[in-house]
Amino acid sequence: MEEAYDAIVLGTGLKECIISGLLSVDGYKVLHIDRNNYYGGQSASLNLNQLFERFRPGQKPQTELGPSRDFNVDLVPKFIMANGNLVKVLIHTDVTKYLEFKAVDGSFVLNKNRVEKVPASDWEALKSPLLGLFEKRRAAKFLGYVQQYDPADPQTYKGQDLRRVTMAELYSQYGLDAMTVDFMGHALALHSDDSYMRRPALETVLKIKLYYDSMMRYEGLKSPYIYPLYGLGELPQAFARLSAVYGGTYMLAKADAEVVYDADSGRAMGVKSEGQTATAKFVVGDASYFPSKVQRTSRVVRALCVLSHPIPSTGDSHSVQLILPQKQVGRRSDIYVFCCSYSHHVAPKDKWLAFVSTTVETTDPTAELAAGLQLLGKIDEKFVEVVDVFEPLESGQRDGCFISRGYDATSHFETEIEDVLDMYLRITGKVLDLSSESLAKRQEAASA
Amino acid sequence: MVEQVQQSKLVLLGEMGSGKTSLVQRFVRGQYFENQESTIGASFFTKTIPEKHVKFEIWDTAGQERYHSLAPMYYRGAASAVVVFDTTLASSFERAKKWVHELRQNVANPDLIIALVGNKVDLVDARAVAEADARNYAAETSLLYYESSAKTNVNVVEVHATRTGFRISKVIRGEEKGISRNLPRRTLQVPGG
Repeated sequence: MEEAYDAIVLGTGLKECIISGLLSVDGYKVLHIDRNNYYGGQSASLNLNQLFERFRPGQKPQTELGPSRDFNVDLVPKFIMANGNLVKVLIHTDVTKYLEFKAVDGSFVLNKNRVEKVPASDWEALKSPLLGLFEKRRAAKFLGYVQQYDPADPQTYKGQDLRRVTMAELYSQYGLDAMTVDFMGHALALHSDDSYMRRPALETVLKIKLYYDSMMRYEGLKSPYIYPLYGLGELPQAFARLSAVYGGTYMLAKADAEVVYDADSGRAMGVKSEGQTATAKFVVGDASYFPSKVQRTSRVVRALCVLSHPIPSTGDSHSVQLILPQKQVGRRSDIYVFCCSYSHHVAPKDKWLAFVSTTVETTDPTAELAAGLQLLGKIDEKFVEVVDVFEPLESGQRDGCFISRGYDATSHFETEIEDVLDMYLRITGKVLDLSSESLAKRQEAASA
Repeated sequence: MVEQVQQSKLVLLGEMGSGKTSLVQRFVRGQYFENQESTIGASFFTKTIPEKHVKFEIWDTAGQERYHSLAPMYYRGAASAVVVFDTTLASSFERAKKWVHELRQNVANPDLIIALVGNKVDLVDARAVAEADARNYAAETSLLYYESSAKTNVNVVEVHATRTGFRISKVIRGEEKGISRNLPRRTLQVPGG
């Protein structure tokens, strides 16, 4: 271990593994360390034994739940937008060849205590009971504007400057009522609270566009989401393999790994473990490796539930997202329900995994999940966790510590990939060009 | 009748320096795998054998075995595994036994085929693992066993998952046994399969 590296990466969460892979591909000499004996950190998918070790130390799982290794339970449940930036990174780096994805069956939203399907098309929107008769026409007009909007083509602006007009103003121009606004902002734009209303409309218009572009990305999608077989924990492993293939060195189970700082400058100069020190020009990692350099921004509460049936009122779907918009449940932030099953190889045959999560607002976080939990029907087993979300205090340029933000309560990976791309820019000074050809294609071109 | 090409994942395991990489190079670049499709850092190979309707995905460890940090993904969905050891090092053989154990732990597929390969047999004077010992161990644990060296360009293991469930037939050929490419293939029954 006593060697000099360009970069040492701490923690094998998704963000760290993407950065590690990108840096190795760029020719950096990378050492990647995790204190756990498994890959993934916060973005791991655990088997049943690991899950019990984490939540019920000393207790053995009941045999009725099924074989331990058939479980791949995400610690941070999220789906992948089919046309989002994570997919672009996956294609750019060509790690898709290590992974298999399946579409998510459906997207639902709670409306007046009923679970309703999120319309997958204009045609479905006209039939949906979510909107009143006159409201449907106004909503269709609004969605028509959003879908034709192209930031690169001022013709499509239709006289609106979306960088100035707020989202609240844009909604009122189309005369949309509060229920429709709630639906657009939370079920389509996937905002988790209402703070977006006061911000320029461009952000939200692009988010709604992303939702519909994702629906159209692959033939036959019934939701904008895809999800990897065997759980999200496959993603960091795939990027770790990319890093290893390009020369990255991996060391797991380094429980005592800690950053070593230069006494004078305060700059990170390496990582120490088991009495040995590896040096590096800079260090990358998740917040848990830099306790003095991060601050808590929010807390997220999650319940991981094992069920023997699909979520009621979701048409027997094997995988769904169900959003409980804040106003529907008298909160400031939405409650998210995710469901996956044996069809995605995350649970044994005839078992479903349901995750209920939200941003903590009170001193009794577990109680905040009640509205989501009651939609699940009978729960075979439940694990509840409250997680602090941290962000770095500094950019990393001064102290050589590039720290990722914690995984937020959003239902997908868009903000997480934004963070990764920003870290990559801060580290290398380069913008990652996702529109460029994939690595494999470039290699083929180079060898041809 | 047009048959669909089946993907079949083959993983390589073995201690550093046991000769995995040179073995896979021979798999891929050798006479049988002359048309290599793509490589990324020489750790992932695919090869389609149209007449068997099978596309091999061959995974090399990319060095991740060095600090015992192979990801579960590596084993996931493997139809076959080649575990290599250096016949001049007893420790290498012991490590191979541990890989076999890890494979059985990590691979859910009950029809996984494991081939154990004793490499570097041309170094006769330095031999530390007797062929009989390796063969006995292989027989006890239902592995296929082969010996290999840099001089004998042999032991291309071909694993073919048929479309009906997971009945697996294998064709193993080796020049040192005098089996030429054009002879009919010897099909072995999978232990327990």
